[in-house]
Amino acid sequence: MARHAMLIEDEPNITEAIRFLLTRDGWQVTALADGLTAEAALRDARPDLLILDTMLPGRSGLEILVSLRADPATADLPVMMLTARGQGRDREAAERAGADFFMAKPFSNAEFVAAARALAGEA
Amino acid sequence: MPINLLVPVCLTYVAFLFLVAFLADRRARRGGRRWLGSPLVYTLSLSIYCTAWTFYGAVGYAARSGLEFLTIYLGPTLVFVGWWWILRKLVRIGRQQRVTSIADMISSRYGKSSLLGVIVTLISVAAATPYIALQLQSVTLSFAVFAEAGSFGWTLPDTNATALWVAGGLALFTILFGTRNLDANEQHTGVVIAIAVEAVVKLVALIAVGVFVIWFVADGPGDVAARINASRIAEWDLVPSRWAGVIALSAAAVITLPRMFQVIVVECGDERNLATASWAFPLYLAAMSVFVVPIAVIGMQILPESANPDLYVLTVPLSQGQGGLAMLAFLGGFSSATSMVIVASIALATMVSNHVVMPLWLSLRPTREVTGDVRRLVLNARRFSIAGVLGLGYLYFTLSGGSEALAAIGLISFVGVAQMLPPMLGAIFWRGATRLGAAAGLCLGTAVWAYTLFLPSFASGGVLPADLFSHGPFGLSWLRPQALFGVSRFDPLIHSIFWSLTLNTAAFTLVSLFTFPAPVERAQGLAFVNVFDTERAGPRAWESRDLEQVETEELLILAQRILGDEAALGFFETSAQGQGKAGYLPDPTPDFLEELERKLAGSVGAAAAHAMIAELAGRSRVTVADLIRVADETAQIMEYSSTLESQRAEMERTARQLREANEKLMQLSIQKDAFLSQISHELRTPMTSIRAFSEILMEGDVPPEMAAAQARIIHDEAIRLTRLLDDLLDLSVLENGTVQLDLRLASLNELIDKGLRAAGQIRPDRIFVVWRDLPSEALFLRTDPDRLAQVFINLISNSRKYCDALRPELRINVKQRGARVIVDFIDNGSGIAKEKQHIVFEKFTRLTDQNRAGGAGLGLAICREIMANLGGAIAYLPAQGGAAFRVTLPLRLEKHPFADGA
Repeated sequence: MARHAMLIEDEPNITEAIRFLLTRDGWQVTALADGLTAEAALRDARPDLLILDTMLPGRSGLEILVSLRADPATADLPVMMLTARGQGRDREAAERAGADFFMAKPFSNAEFVAAARALAGEA
Repeated sequence: MPINLLVPVCLTYVAFLFLVAFLADRRARRGGRRWLGSPLVYTLSLSIYCTAWTFYGAVGYAARSGLEFLTIYLGPTLVFVGWWWILRKLVRIGRQQRVTSIADMISSRYGKSSLLGVIVTLISVAAATPYIALQLQSVTLSFAVFAEAGSFGWTLPDTNATALWVAGGLALFTILFGTRNLDANEQHTGVVIAIAVEAVVKLVALIAVGVFVIWFVADGPGDVAARINASRIAEWDLVPSRWAGVIALSAAAVITLPRMFQVIVVECGDERNLATASWAFPLYLAAMSVFVVPIAVIGMQILPESANPDLYVLTVPLSQGQGGLAMLAFLGGFSSATSMVIVASIALATMVSNHVVMPLWLSLRPTREVTGDVRRLVLNARRFSIAGVLGLGYLYFTLSGGSEALAAIGLISFVGVAQMLPPMLGAIFWRGATRLGAAAGLCLGTAVWAYTLFLPSFASGGVLPADLFSHGPFGLSWLRPQALFGVSRFDPLIHSIFWSLTLNTAAFTLVSLFTFPAPVERAQGLAFVNVFDTERAGPRAWESRDLEQVETEELLILAQRILGDEAALGFFETSAQGQGKAGYLPDPTPDFLEELERKLAGSVGAAAAHAMIAELAGRSRVTVADLIRVADETAQIMEYSSTLESQRAEMERTARQLREANEKLMQLSIQKDAFLSQISHELRTPMTSIRAFSEILMEGDVPPEMAAAQARIIHDEAIRLTRLLDDLLDLSVLENGTVQLDLRLASLNELIDKGLRAAGQIRPDRIFVVWRDLPSEALFLRTDPDRLAQVFINLISNSRKYCDALRPELRINVKQRGARVIVDFIDNGSGIAKEKQHIVFEKFTRLTDQNRAGGAGLGLAICREIMANLGGAIAYLPAQGGAAFRVTLPLRLEKHPFADGA
C-alpha cells in the first residue's frame, strides 16, 4: 500500500511541486490550503506523514502542531515543518512544538524526498 | 427728482450693500479679520439702535414734545458710559459661553432651560412686531411723500400694498443676507460690515439735511436759535416722570433688544472694542441728535400745519426744490429701516430655530441617533422664521392702521423687551436667582405689558372693545388697561412701564427666594456671576469616568451632521493634533468635549447641544444633575473637585501617551525584525517553486505538456519576484527622498480617468459603480502625474478588491482649498475597523487573511511615501460609511519638498 502524505500549504505552486515530487516517488498526497480544516481532515485520513507550512491563513502551522501533539491519536505522527523565513528562532520554536524535521524553503528536491522517506520509515 | 427713479435707486443701494457684505465675508474667510473686527466697525454696527424711528421719528417727536426726544439717546449713553459694570460682563459671558442670542443667554444661565428659551423667544417676537411695523410704516410714508411731490403721472398704490412689497423685499433680502451659511459661532461678518456702511449713510444724510436747514434755509446758527426761541419748542416744559421713565426704558432696551444684544454681545470679536464704543457710540448718538431741533423748528415754520412732522427730514428739502438732498435723506431713512430689519430678524430667527424648532425636533425624532443633515433643517427654520417675523410686522401695520406717530410705536416695543431686564441683571449679579423666578417674572411682566400697552395699540383697529378702556373688563374698574388699581395720573406709557416692571421684578425676586436652584442652575449661576474669577466652571454633560465609553467616532458623526463635514473633520483633526495624535480622532478628554459642546452650541443653542452630547457621553446613566448633586453640596466644592478631576484626567492622559510612545518604540524594533523576516518570506516563497520545478525540468523526463506548465510556473514566479523587488526599491527610493520627480502640468480629470482604466481589470465580473464630480475635477495640477496616478490606481484597485457591499460603489470627491487639492475616495463597503486604521499604511500589512487577494502588502505604504514626496498626504477618513481615503496635495508643486532638507 502506498505511503500517504498530507500537505498543508497555502502557496498553490509549491503544493504543485511537492505533489509532483512525492507522487513520482510513489506517495499518495492529500493537499489542504488552510489551517482551519486541517485537524479534522487529519484525524479522518490518518496519513503516514504530515508536511506543514509555518505561515498559514486561519491558523498558524505551529498552533496546529501543538494541538496535534496534545491529542494521543496524533501525538506520534511524523511532522515535517516548512518555513520560508529560515531563521534560527523559527527552527527552535518548531522543535519545541514537537516537529520531527525542519525544512527551509527553497529546498533541494532530492533532500526533500529523502527526508520524507526517512520520516515515514522511522514511524 | 422723478419718482420712478426711486425704486431703481433702492434696488441699486441694496445690491451695493449685498456686494459689501459679500466682499467682507470673503475677506474674513481669508483671514483678514483684523480691520473687520476693529473698534470703529463695532461702534458703527451699534448704530442699528438708530432705526427709521430715530431718523424720521425723532424730528416728529421734537415737534410734538420738545426736548423729550433726547431721552431715547440718554438711556443708551448712560449704559455705554458705564460699560465697565454691565456690558463688559455681558460680553465676557457671551464669549465664554458661546451665547447665540439673548434667549440662549437667559436659558443657559437658568440651568440651560428650554422653557425660558421659549418664553424669551416669544416675548422678543411679540415685542419686535410693532418695531418692524414701524420700519415698514416709515418706508411706506417716505414713498408716499415722493409720490405726492412728483408730478410725473406716477401714483403710489395704496399704502398697504406698498408696505407688503417692502416687507416682501426686506424678507428676501434678509434671507439672502443672513442665512447663506450656518456660522459656527453665529457671527455674521458681512452683515456687520454692511450695517457699519449703513450707519455712515444715515449719519451723512441727517447731517446734510441739518446743514442745509441751518445755512441755506435759515441764516446760520444765530437765526436758528432765534427761531427756536420763538417756536412752541421753547415753551415746552419738562415732565419728570416721563423723562425718568423713558431714560430708564431706553437704557434697558439697549441691552435687551434682540438686535442690540446681537451686535453688542454676539458679534463682538474683541472685548476691547467696548472701551472705544463707550465714548464713540454716545458721540455718534450726539451727532444724530444735534440737528433734530433745528429741522423740527424750520419744518414747523415753513410747512403747513397739516404736514406730518415725522417726515420733515424729507419734506423740508423737497419744499425747497432740493430733490437730490431729499433723495439722500430718503436713502438715510431706508438704511435705518433695512439695517434694523436685517439684524432684528436674523437675531429672532436664530432664537426661533434654536429654542423652538430644534428642541421640538430633538424630542420628536424617533431614535437618539442624529440622522440627516441638521444644518439644512436649521437654515430652513431660520428662513421661515425671518419670513414669519416680517409677516407679523406687516400684520401689525395693517391692524394698527399705520396711523400712529413713529415714536409711540417704538416705545411699545421698548417696554416689551424691557421685561427681560430683571432676569438678565439677576443672571449676572445674583446667584440666588432661579429658573422659576425668572419664568414667573417674565410671564407676569409680559402679560401686564400686553394688556396695558400692546393690545391697546390696536384699539383703533378694533381688537379691544372701546368700553374696556372706560369701564374695565366685566365692569371691574380697577382693571382698566390704562389705570390699573385706579392709578390714572400717569400717561399710558409710564403707567405700563411702572406696573409691568414692578410686578415683573417682584415676582422674579419672591419666587427666586422661595425656590431652590437646581444643581445645573447653581453651577451656571456661579459661572455667570463670577465670570471674571473663574475661567471655566460650567456643568458638563458627562462625568470623567464616562469618558472611557465615549466613542469619538460617534461624536464625529454627530458633529458632521451639525457643523458640516469639512468643518467637523477640521475641528477634530486640530484637536487631535493638540493632543499630539495623528489622524482625525482625538481622545475624548474633558477639554475636548467641552470645546465640542460649545462649538455645537454655536449652531443649535446651548440647551440642544448639551442634550446631544449628554446622550452620547452619558448614555443611559444617571443624569448630570444627579451626578453634580452627589459630587458636592456647595458650588465651591464642586469647582475644587472638578479642578482635581481634570488634573487627574490630565495625568492619566499623559501616562497613556507615554505608554503609547513606549509601545511605539518597542513596535519599531519588532517591526525591523519583522520586516527582514517578511522580506525573507516574500523572496523565498517564489524561489521555492522556481528551484523545485527547475530541478525537475533539468532531470528531463517530464512529458512535454507538463514541462510547459511547469515552465510557466517558473516564469510567473520569476515575475512575482521581480515585482516585489521593484516595489521594495521603489519604497526605499521614496523613503530616502532620492526619487526623481517628473513635475509637469496634468489634468486631474485625466489622472482619475487613468486610475479607473488601469484598475478596471480587477474583479471585472462585478458591477462597480463610480460617482464622480466632473466639474470640480477640472483642475490642472503641477505634480508628478505618473506617481499621482500610481496612488489613484492603488486606491481604486483596493476598493474594487475589498469593497464588500452587495452593489459596490465608489465616490470620488474633489475639493480645492486655497493652494491645496483634496481628493477623497469613499466606497460603501464595511470600511476598516478602528483598531486597524492606524496600521493600513504600514509595510506588509494585509488586513484580510486571503494572502492571494493582494501582493506583498506594500501598496498603501508606497502611496504614503509617494504623497509625502509630492508635498501632500494620504490619510484614512473615519466615519464616512465605508472605506475612505483622503489624498491631499499642493495645486502647484514647484520643487521637490525634500530638496532643501538634504
